[in-house]
Formats: sequence, C-alpha cells, structure tokens
Amino acid sequence: MALQEKLTKTAALTGNEAAAQAMRQIHPDVVAAYPITPQTEIVQLYSTFVNDGIVHTEYVAVESEHSALSATIGAAAAGARSMTATSSNGLAYMWEMLYIAAGLRLPIVMPVVNRALSGPINIHCDHSDTMGARDAGWIQIYSENAQEMYDNLIQAVRIAENPDIMLPVMVTMDGFIISHGMENVELLPDRAVEEFIGEYRYPYALLDIENPRTIGPLTLQDFYFEHKRAQADAVVKAKTVILKVGEEYGQLTDRSYELIESYRMEDAEYALVVLGSTAGTAKYVIDELRQDGEKYGLVKIRVCRPFPAVRLGEVLSRVTAVGVMDRADSFSGEGGPIFAEVRAALYGVSHRPHCINYIYGLGGRDIGPDLIRSAALDIKSLKDGSESDSLVRYLGVRE
Amino acid sequence: MTESSQTKNLLKDHVIIDKAIEPNAGWRDLPIGAVIPKGGTSRQFTTGDWRTIRPVWSPEKCIHCHRCWLYCPDMCWVSEDKKIQGVDLTNCKGCGICANVCPTKVHAIEMHPEDTKTEHTAGED
Amino acid sequence: MALPDLAKKPVRFIGGHRACAGCGFPITIKIILQAAENPVIVGCATGCMEVTSTIYPYTSWECSFIHSAFENVAATVSGIEAAYTSLKRQGRIDKDITFIAFGGDGGTYDIGLQALSGALERGHKMVYVCYDNQGYMNTGIQRSSATPRGANTTTSPAGKKVPGKQQYPKDLTAIVAAHGIPYAAQSSMSHWNDLYRKAKKAFAADGPAFLNVLSTCRLGWGTAPEDTVDVADGAVQSRLWPLYEIEKGKWKLSLKPRRHYPVEKWMSMQGRFRHLFNPQKNETFIEEIQSQVDAKWEELVRRCSAET
Repeated sequence: MALQEKLTKTAALTGNEAAAQAMRQIHPDVVAAYPITPQTEIVQLYSTFVNDGIVHTEYVAVESEHSALSATIGAAAAGARSMTATSSNGLAYMWEMLYIAAGLRLPIVMPVVNRALSGPINIHCDHSDTMGARDAGWIQIYSENAQEMYDNLIQAVRIAENPDIMLPVMVTMDGFIISHGMENVELLPDRAVEEFIGEYRYPYALLDIENPRTIGPLTLQDFYFEHKRAQADAVVKAKTVILKVGEEYGQLTDRSYELIESYRMEDAEYALVVLGSTAGTAKYVIDELRQDGEKYGLVKIRVCRPFPAVRLGEVLSRVTAVGVMDRADSFSGEGGPIFAEVRAALYGVSHRPHCINYIYGLGGRDIGPDLIRSAALDIKSLKDGSESDSLVRYLGVRE
Repeated sequence: MTESSQTKNLLKDHVIIDKAIEPNAGWRDLPIGAVIPKGGTSRQFTTGDWRTIRPVWSPEKCIHCHRCWLYCPDMCWVSEDKKIQGVDLTNCKGCGICANVCPTKVHAIEMHPEDTKTEHTAGED
Repeated sequence: MALPDLAKKPVRFIGGHRACAGCGFPITIKIILQAAENPVIVGCATGCMEVTSTIYPYTSWECSFIHSAFENVAATVSGIEAAYTSLKRQGRIDKDITFIAFGGDGGTYDIGLQALSGALERGHKMVYVCYDNQGYMNTGIQRSSATPRGANTTTSPAGKKVPGKQQYPKDLTAIVAAHGIPYAAQSSMSHWNDLYRKAKKAFAADGPAFLNVLSTCRLGWGTAPEDTVDVADGAVQSRLWPLYEIEKGKWKLSLKPRRHYPVEKWMSMQGRFRHLFNPQKNETFIEEIQSQVDAKWEELVRRCSAET
C-alpha cells in the first residue's frame, strides 16, 4: 500500500485524457476506433501512443463506428484484448454490433462519451445515447468525474473478463462536462494496472488454430433461448463481481466502488437520484439544504446495467419522496428511463416513497445548483401524497 | 420448469456433438456465446435423406479425372491415392452435378432413382 | 496442379451443410481452400453460405470460423488480422496464418461495400472472396446490384410493364481494383484451374487481395441442379462474366472464349429470363443486352492490351 501510494501520481487531466491514460495502462492488443465529438481526443491520444511506440497496440483506423465495433469483435474473438470508444450517433451506428458483442460473450471494454443523439444534431451532453443502448446486453457504468472514468475503465476490464461474466462493458462520462473539463486525476503506476487486470482470457480464440471453432453460428428455436438465458445469468452474476472488483480496487487506491453511491442518506427524508456528472453538483446542493436544516440525501447510480434495483429499494424505502433525474427522455410518455426503472425497483418495498421525474439537461442544457435546488424543494410538494399533477417534469426548459 | 412437447421435438434429432453440446443440454451446460467448440460437426448431420436420385458409379469406366470429386458441393466423392474409391451417400443430395461433369466419352456416373439398388457405392449403403 | 493431386489434401469444408442440392458456393469454397497452404481463419458475412454451413450445433468448417453480421465481414476479419499482427509483434504467436473473408454479392456489392472499401484501403493482409450469385438469394431471390439486366427477381419481377431488372450490374471488380490493392481477379467456380491459380496468387499477395467468383444459385437462376457448372461456364463463354485479373495494377485477360456464344443462349438456359423468350421473344431487349456485353468486353480487352 505505502509503496503504491508513493508511485501513484496526480496529474491535471481532462476526462478524455484520463480515459486515454487508462487505455494506455490497460494496454490492449488492438484498438479499432472512429472519431466523433466529444470522444475524438481519446482516439487522437491513443494514435499518438501507438505511433510513438509507447504501446504495442495495433490501431485499426476504421471507416465507421459499425466497422469499429466489428473489428473489435473480430480481434477479441481472435484472442486479443481489444477496445474501441465512441459517442452519440457513433454508438447508434454500432447498435447492431452491440447486441452481437454481448451475444458472442466478448469481453470488450468501451469508453462512451455521452452526447445527445440526433436529430436535431447536437454535440453536447445528455444520456440519450447510452440509455438507448441499456438493453443491448452490455454492462453499463456511469462516471461522475474524470477520476471515476479512469477508475471505472480499469475495473471494467476485470469485470468483463471474469470467467463467470464474459460480457462487454461500456464506461461512460458526460460529454464536454467531464470529457473536456480539467481535473486532478490520480493515476496508478502502469505496473499496478497491469497486475490488477491480469492476462486476457477468451476460451475460444480463433488464433488457436489447432482447435478450430465456429463462432457466431445460426442458432434456432432449439438452442437460441438457452444461449440467451445463460447471457441473462451472467448479467445477474455481474453484480457480485462488480462489488468484488470495486472493493479490491479500493484496497489498491483507497477509492472503493459499489453499484450505487449513497450521499447523506442516513436520516434523509427526501432523495434525489442521479447519474453522471450531475451528482457532483447535486451533492453541493444537498450540503446547502442540510445547512438549512432540510433532510435531503442523494443516490448516485453508478452501475445501470445490471440495474441495482434491490440496493435502490433498500436505500430509498426510508424516504418520503424521491426525485429521479433523467438526462434523457424515453418518449414512452411516462418519463425518462431511469424514472421507470427506479419506480419499478420501489414496487416491491414495504414503504413505498412518492416518486417524481425531472427530465433535464437535454442537448447539454446547463444544470446548475439553482435548478437542482428547485427540483429538490419541489419534491416536498409530494409529501402529502398528492400525485395529481404530472409526475414527469421538465427542468430548465423554456415554456 | 417442464419442457414443452414442441421443444422436445426440436431437440430429438440432435446427436451428441461434443461433451459440451448434448442434445438436451440446459442453458448452464452449453459453451458460452453459442460457440461450436470443434470443427466439422456437420459430418453427423445427414443430408443424404434429401435425395430422390443417386449417382451410380462404374469403376471400370472411371478414368479418375476427379471432376466429380471437385464439383460435388457436398464432398461425397472419396479419393485415395489419386484414385476415386466411390461415393459416400451420407450427405449426397442427388444434385447430379457429378454425372454431368463426368466427361461425355467416359460416362462413368449415372443418376438412378433412389429405389434402385447399386453395388458400387461406398458409405451408408 | 492436377485434380487427383488436389484431392490428396484434406478438405476444410465438409458435407452435412444445408445448401440446396446443386449449390455453387460449396464448390467455390472447396477450390479456394484447397489452394491455401497455411492454416486459415475464415470470416463469413450473413447469407446462404453462413446460414447453411453453421446451423448450431453443426458446422461444416474444419478451420476457425467467425460470423458476426451481414455488412461487416471485411471489418471483422480486419480485426482478426490486426489481432494477429499485434500478437505476432509481441512474440506471442509465430505461425503463418491466412485470413479469408467470404461474402455474397449482397454482403459485398451492396450492404458491405463500405466495410470492404475501408479494409482494402487500410491494407489488411486478407483475401476477400465475393461468391457472386447475382442476387439476394438467402432472403428469397431479390435483386442486388450484381443481378444482370432483365433478370426476374422478387423485387425486380417480370411484370406486365417492366420486364425484370432494369439496371446493368455494378462493376465491382473494377471498383475494388481502383483501390490499388496488389491483387484483384474475377473468376468462376466453373473454371477450377483459373480459380485455383488466382486463389494461390491472392494468398501470396503482399496486402489485401480480392476474388470475385461467379457461383451459381440454381434456385434463383432457375436452372436444374445438375447444370450448376454448365450455366456458370455459359456466363464465361458468353463474355458476360469475363475472367481476368489485375496484378499490381496490370490488367490481364485470363480467358478469351474461342467461339461466339451469344448471351441469349446463356439467358435461355435460365428460368429467371424466361419472360424474355415466352410467350414471345423480346428481341430489342436481348439485343441491347448483347451490345452492352460486347461493349464491356471490348473495353476490358482494350484495358488488358493497353497494359501489355
């Protein structure tokens, strides 16, 4: 521990730089990627590492995101640790291959820089890209800041490649807010990362030519269901693995990770549920409210897939009302995706709190302390059980 | 959970490919990601029952040019030491390409209706 | 190489696949794989070849095989080749391995063209084989940009007003050659020697190589199963499907059919052109196709002789 601390260094990095540094230390055998704002910096930096001979990675400068993930799938199946990175429409263009990567059980790790989906085209942050991909079979980890982006990427390799899991993982950070914001980031020594993640293992490597296998066959009514059932089981098992890896990572860095983060929830009467960078601002607002004597707390969802329904139920069943903040609309007519899932998680708890949805920040619309504070105070109006008003409220939009 | 009769029917035709893939394997027992963990398992799937006509080979006429071996889409013609040994009908779908590509002057292969028995075939008969 | 010698090598694509009786592409695979000296890793686009040869838990491939999607076999194999290059550079693998991508004309001319172009431009050392059966046969015979003019398909039906497909096929081999790759060729499964020789050259090429191989679909073409080889041969003899190669930028004709073989004769062998002959012959339409075939042939011959 003491030695590790000495070797750990702190650097002022943007979220993209932190992600690129994590990738350099993960040192994948293959990176196949295509640039897209606001992820571009990651692939630029990684190309520099490759051309400066800092990494042994084979960099495949593909012609599209569809090919980026296709090539990454090919490389991972060949028996090489492989990564890609994308954002927004790039992720949408990968859609078909997202399901295939998960169905083939290939442990690919992919940073995704959250950006609003077109149309209309927009380059700024919201979660419509990864929220749309939440049922593609990937594990999804959301990061609050650049440090978490770095930490989550390194843990993601261990999670993905766990023999009981073997699923792809996307690790996200908010576009521009985190990707282009400069922070102090603590970096592990290269050696420590190498030891933490270990060797890449995929049991059916194509390059193991003495043992020919067929990957990606046609499976029909007689076997497809069994394969999908096994895939679903891996997602469930991932909860335990994520916790174990998060704890182990904590031993290495003093920063341990769980599925969710509870902030000042011990005696809270009201709670906000958030993902990503908004958690930082919201914590500041919670502190302010606490100073005013208001009993507010915050729950940050770190892992969205698998969805930590049980943990959320435990934490939220103690409060009177919950405000769920969604940085994406589901267009179901019933609010954002996280709202729907949090409400479902609360269905089975004995003390069910009131639950309201705040859709905010679409297309990078600024979300400051004042807006979060107004939402927090708004939750109190639900105290008396009046749910007659719409449960879905749009925060920070011009009427 | 009990298996539906439909599921059972779908499974009954499968032979054991490998320890890893048994015909009634439950989801816990199959290789992950639907990988077929070894090559050439279709050898055990008999497509010969599609056939309505069959190639009948006359070894005495055969010049062992191997055009039948080459152009058979189902890899049925057996060759050893550069000599055609016969046709393995296990997977022969009776397309008739072999008879057609056999040089006209040689005419060592004829297509016969499936009910006609023949002596010069290797394999399943 | 004489055929009996070729038969001495183990075949890496076996029977028990569920392609139609008399299908052309298993022949294409056989000839190409027999020409490979190294161990091979095969990638395959979605299509007849993939769905008939890998119905779980049965596979007809004796070599390592991967399928991921329809439009991306060139990208998937790019990734495998990149993995190989990386591991070889790290000293973690030392064997020589050949990488082959198979796609039908749907997966190559149309939906997969972008991934193919990207892979060729990046220069991955792989052999891309288009088994061209002139249509989307796996989904039930729809027109592709490789379907010949006049053909009746389910999306270019021979109607009362419009007699089948109106467009001439895309010249994919020329498009591929324009990438400046070391080797590109057009061949046919009917001409095994030509295909075998070209596959050898493709495997030996220092960079990406491409083979566009006419592979009969007797269901989509409306031919008898036993005529699979003959009908592909007819396409070559009629000059509708010329055999040629582009080696390091040099165009070379592989075969000059000796006798005049009208396209009409080739068309009349196939059910998909029946409406051009019955109830009465569409002389103008057929003549127009013949003159286009002649013009393309002349252009090819000029291109090839200009190079010599």
